[in-house]
Amino acid sequence: MTSLFEYAPAPESRSIVDIRPSYGLFIDGVFVDGTGEPFKTVNPATEEVLTEVSSGSAADVDRAVAAARRAFTRTWGPMRPADRGKYLFRIARLLQERAREFAVLESLDNGKPIRESRDVDIPLAAAHFFYHAGWADKLDFAGLGPGPRPLGVAGQVIPWNFPMLMLAWKIAPALATGNTVVLKPAETTPLTALLFAEICQQADLPPGVVNIVTGAGETGRAVVEHGDVDKVAFTGSTEVGKSIARAVAGTRKSLTLELGGKAANIVFDDAAIDQAVEGIVQGIFFNQGHVCCAGSRLLVQENVHDEVIASLQRRISTLRVGDPLDKNTDLGAINSHLQLARIRELVDIGDAEGAQRWQPDCVLPEKGFWFKPTVFTQVSPAHRIARDEVFGPVLSVMTFRTPDEAVAKANNTTYGLSAGIWTEKGSRILKIANQLRAGVVWANTFNKFDPTSPFGGYKQSGYGREGGRHGLTGYLKGADRS
Amino acid sequence: MTHVLDPDALSDDARLTAPPLPPFSDITRSDASLRAFLHGLPGVDQVGAEARVAVLGTRSIKTTAKAWAIDTAISMVDLTTLEGSDTPGKVRSLAAKAKRPDPGDPTCPPVAAVCVYGDLAGVAREALAGTGLHVAAVATAFPSGRASREVKIADVKDAVANGADEIDMVIDRGAFLTGRYLDVYDEIVAVKEACGSAHLKVILETGELVTLDNVRRASWLAMLAGGDFIKTSTGKISPAATLPVCLVMLEAVRDFRAATGRQVGVKPAGGIRTTKDAMKHLVLVNETAGPDWLSPDWFRLGASSLLNDLLLQRQKLRTGHYSGPDYVTVD
Repeated sequence: MTSLFEYAPAPESRSIVDIRPSYGLFIDGVFVDGTGEPFKTVNPATEEVLTEVSSGSAADVDRAVAAARRAFTRTWGPMRPADRGKYLFRIARLLQERAREFAVLESLDNGKPIRESRDVDIPLAAAHFFYHAGWADKLDFAGLGPGPRPLGVAGQVIPWNFPMLMLAWKIAPALATGNTVVLKPAETTPLTALLFAEICQQADLPPGVVNIVTGAGETGRAVVEHGDVDKVAFTGSTEVGKSIARAVAGTRKSLTLELGGKAANIVFDDAAIDQAVEGIVQGIFFNQGHVCCAGSRLLVQENVHDEVIASLQRRISTLRVGDPLDKNTDLGAINSHLQLARIRELVDIGDAEGAQRWQPDCVLPEKGFWFKPTVFTQVSPAHRIARDEVFGPVLSVMTFRTPDEAVAKANNTTYGLSAGIWTEKGSRILKIANQLRAGVVWANTFNKFDPTSPFGGYKQSGYGREGGRHGLTGYLKGADRS
Repeated sequence: MTHVLDPDALSDDARLTAPPLPPFSDITRSDASLRAFLHGLPGVDQVGAEARVAVLGTRSIKTTAKAWAIDTAISMVDLTTLEGSDTPGKVRSLAAKAKRPDPGDPTCPPVAAVCVYGDLAGVAREALAGTGLHVAAVATAFPSGRASREVKIADVKDAVANGADEIDMVIDRGAFLTGRYLDVYDEIVAVKEACGSAHLKVILETGELVTLDNVRRASWLAMLAGGDFIKTSTGKISPAATLPVCLVMLEAVRDFRAATGRQVGVKPAGGIRTTKDAMKHLVLVNETAGPDWLSPDWFRLGASSLLNDLLLQRQKLRTGHYSGPDYVTVD
């Protein structure tokens, strides 16, 4: 940045959060110690240990599922739908009231900039609860067939990229449709889920309706494979998603998977270039690129390639990388050492395969996990960085000459979660959108989310939809999935 | 224009032409070529532009950065009075304030210029003699611009003769909106010539152009014609300066310099009343056109009531408490 107008540090105060020295599991309405080996969660921006968290063993998961089953049979299942709605409205309001606390905690545990946790993650999480609260007593009229019934106990496993938002995407529809849940947050980001457990207590939610079991992969496996779970919902990597699909195959459980992506962001020569550049930046650098629907493949029409890349590089040079709690930070920390290693590995492969790497001249903090925003040009569809999900701030740029070529290249992926189209020509938007095999297609915008809009993938990006009316079907028996 | 062959293209020798900069020398050959160029500029997506300024609006400018920004904003103010009731006394009072905005604090910088109607430019010039502050005068049948070219040119010459060293002209929005871009261009060129050594600010009156596509085209038109500054508004039309409009104009001056090497200034005017508004504009400049524009030579704020809010915030930063309206001077 300029030395002329140097923004002074503007850190959000962390005094609003009160992190306890250790956390137990939230089962049947109370915190209990887990019987597994406790683990530490760190602030990825500083590597400071934040607290110690219980690890749920198979026996703990068993207790949680039993609590959820009891609540389903005795309280939540038989409850009048309008009353379920009241609880959800109450949770939504409490989330709003304590939004700042959640935002700071999310940034501490995840590394994302406070601007995003404050303006995106937490408001959207609250919005999901409000939206689904409204559905609770209207399911008979949702056009999902006659008398849709809840499935029972939902086992839910969520990722570390949007810890609180993914919790809302999972818990809000499950509760609104009358199910109870056992949720396992990601190992590196358990804290907002545990704060959410306090919200459940504050809202007087009947014990057992929401159970939070922290832990690593083994705990997640115990949730997914538990015999008394009726529904499994997973968001995370395609690799784990496949193993879950195998584990669930042949059982009575229903399953929704929201997995990886390698989205194409297609920029035509008649696009509003300045806004397209903003959209490219938002598409790949939002949340450090830890976004399953990130626009990680930029397909730009060859006759504007140089102009777009020059604009993009100038814009990226203004990104402010650093302290996630600083209100002026645009790009925060990489969530974990493991993820950083994965990003480095793929970027090295990009170099080795002959793509041209560009990074801005920015200074990274010495401690913590960081990666510079990165643009690869001269990428071929055969390169690994054009095929594999990097899940980091790394953009691969390819070109096309005609709309048909753009569509062919965009669809040439094993994924199909999202895509973007940039053009000032409305008819082109409609035509191309119909040809793209992706669950979400954004036109002249990117990474916009709303609880009313269904979200989900094609191909290896998973199946089932979350959000909107479609998202309800994943939690209802006999729902007409249209 | 629906005609590819434009009559002007065949007989344009009579036109007063200032040669545009080399890469664009053939653009103003005819109405058709000028139109083709302006309509060939990339479009502006309004939703995207608004989203961008909303994000920049969340920048948190504190402590040292705030102190720097307040003083910089004060030094960029074109302190303005454009009322039918303006008198020499009012202008002298404004000039005194321009020189020493905070009489109680000699470290407070002066503003950039005093902006008045042309007939009062002489009063302002006399009151500001020896200070280095600029005298800006609005001209060309401000604010509507509805007069014949001769009258507009005479208006400009009169203001310059009275002592204005900056002229704020209005473009012919009627001509622009009917697509007579070459008329608008020629008029700016003529006004620029009438200015002599005075700097020319070209008011686009974006509140009447309405779309951001129009703002981008008018910005390029004014820059091609030789304007030293492009300015949003007269202040007589609502909305006046808005952040999305300013964003598009800053993109235009940035791109124009990249294409031609010539740097053009930007002046949002009207509707900027609070320190917070001014901060948002400075952040916008910093992160759009870049720090090269962060000086009164390249960025101005056309305002009147803004100055007192800047002074109040400046005092607050220094003393730790708010004083009140009686601790800054009325204009």
